[in-house]
Amino acid sequence: MFQNIGEMLVLFWRTLSAWPHLWRERRKVFEQLFEIVNASLLMACILAMFIGGVLSLQTGPVLAARGLSGSIGGLVGLSMCKELGPVMMAVLIAGRIGSAMAAEIGSMRVYQEIDALITMNINPIRYLVLPRLAAISVALPLLVIFAVLVGWMGGGIVANVNEKIAITYQTYFGNLRQVVDLGDVLNGLFKSFIFAVVIGVVSCHQGLQTIGGPRGIGRSVTKAVVNSIVLILILDYFLTRFLLYFEK
Amino acid sequence: MSDPQPPQNGVTLQVRGLRKSFDGREVLKGLDFEVQRGKVFVIMGPSGCGKSVLLKHLIGLEKPDAGEILIEGQSIETPGVRDHYRLALVFQSGALLNSLTVGENVGLYLSEHRLKPPAEITRIVSEKLELLDLKGQENRSPGELSGGMKKRVAIARALVIEPQLILYDEPTSELDPLSAVNIAKQILNLKNRIHVTSVVVTHERELAFGVADRIALMHEGRLLAIGTPAEIKQNSDPLIQQFLNADFNLK
Repeated sequence: MFQNIGEMLVLFWRTLSAWPHLWRERRKVFEQLFEIVNASLLMACILAMFIGGVLSLQTGPVLAARGLSGSIGGLVGLSMCKELGPVMMAVLIAGRIGSAMAAEIGSMRVYQEIDALITMNINPIRYLVLPRLAAISVALPLLVIFAVLVGWMGGGIVANVNEKIAITYQTYFGNLRQVVDLGDVLNGLFKSFIFAVVIGVVSCHQGLQTIGGPRGIGRSVTKAVVNSIVLILILDYFLTRFLLYFEK
Repeated sequence: MSDPQPPQNGVTLQVRGLRKSFDGREVLKGLDFEVQRGKVFVIMGPSGCGKSVLLKHLIGLEKPDAGEILIEGQSIETPGVRDHYRLALVFQSGALLNSLTVGENVGLYLSEHRLKPPAEITRIVSEKLELLDLKGQENRSPGELSGGMKKRVAIARALVIEPQLILYDEPTSELDPLSAVNIAKQILNLKNRIHVTSVVVTHERELAFGVADRIALMHEGRLLAIGTPAEIKQNSDPLIQQFLNADFNLK
């Protein structure tokens, strides 16, 4: 994986260089954006609902036993927006969208569609990579906003319904509002933006590197998903360390 | 009624000492040949002899290890030369973009380079499709087309570029005889109508002798002979005779 990082950085740089053409490619960006959100929104909401729920379920009884049940809202709120929302959504999108990007570009490589673009003097990075990278960079933070909101609700429902916790919605959301501020939400959105760039670059790079037939496409898809997830989890640690410097 | 198209000039093509290796295996072993303006030059040879690799060098998809390719006497590696001359490649598989319709595929060059307004692109696309007996197929997906239709759409896509040099990679492979003859007619038709220089890579003898002004016979990365169809037929090289006379007369 690490031998490809240099190539991925070059691809990222070339995509950034094609950025002035983004307005021209807006139709493709909107198509990709719609596809990503349409394919992932429901799954993201279900996932987030249960992540929020299980956070409450795991921590609620322990806190309640120590008389701290009023702090569950803040705990779930912070965990969702700073950590679990961005990371879990990035993992979901790497599997759902990164794999599709690698497969689509990979099959275009194998069936010479990319060669055809080159012979027509059409830059494949501008035509294929730029719209995908732009779309995923917008879509993932959007999905994270939805996921965080739904995750907070999931946590609240469990905190209210579970008999070992049994706090009111007012207590839960009151504590959440007290603890979580806009900076925490922006922290998570910044992470998700970086994760989106990682997924887009890794998946498009794997697609463009595809050789062979259907087996080659399969290999590229697997590598795109695995490499994206590994990089997301490693980057998550360093991004968290970096963002902690900006907190009071 | 639209005005008749003005005759376009093809370009001359020269290949000098072209060599290419992949993983230490030499695929092109020093090729030299010249294609005259407006002529059909056929490169014939058995599968795996390096024909398609040669074609990829001519269009710029591969870079040679040694040697050079000249268009009108200028190396295609010289900045601006490739942009100055219009080159097109008709891929063996067609290489149509599956995410686009037939019409979008054919008009892709014009729309991506914003060379014409959308209405004009639609008109040109219809005109090129009609030229290749594909009238009314604009809205179909490439997946719905037969092999012969895909190749004709690929030719229509190449024509939109108004090429001065058009390269055909195995244009009649996997086609039934009628479709193959139809494609061969189109190759000659384009030569006569727009005076384009054509390079056809094929392993099919009937196509080669049917359309070629000159033929080069390739074997294991080398050119065995270059000449007119009559000269090639008369060549006494055993490898050439073996290739030209192979048949299914097995019983």
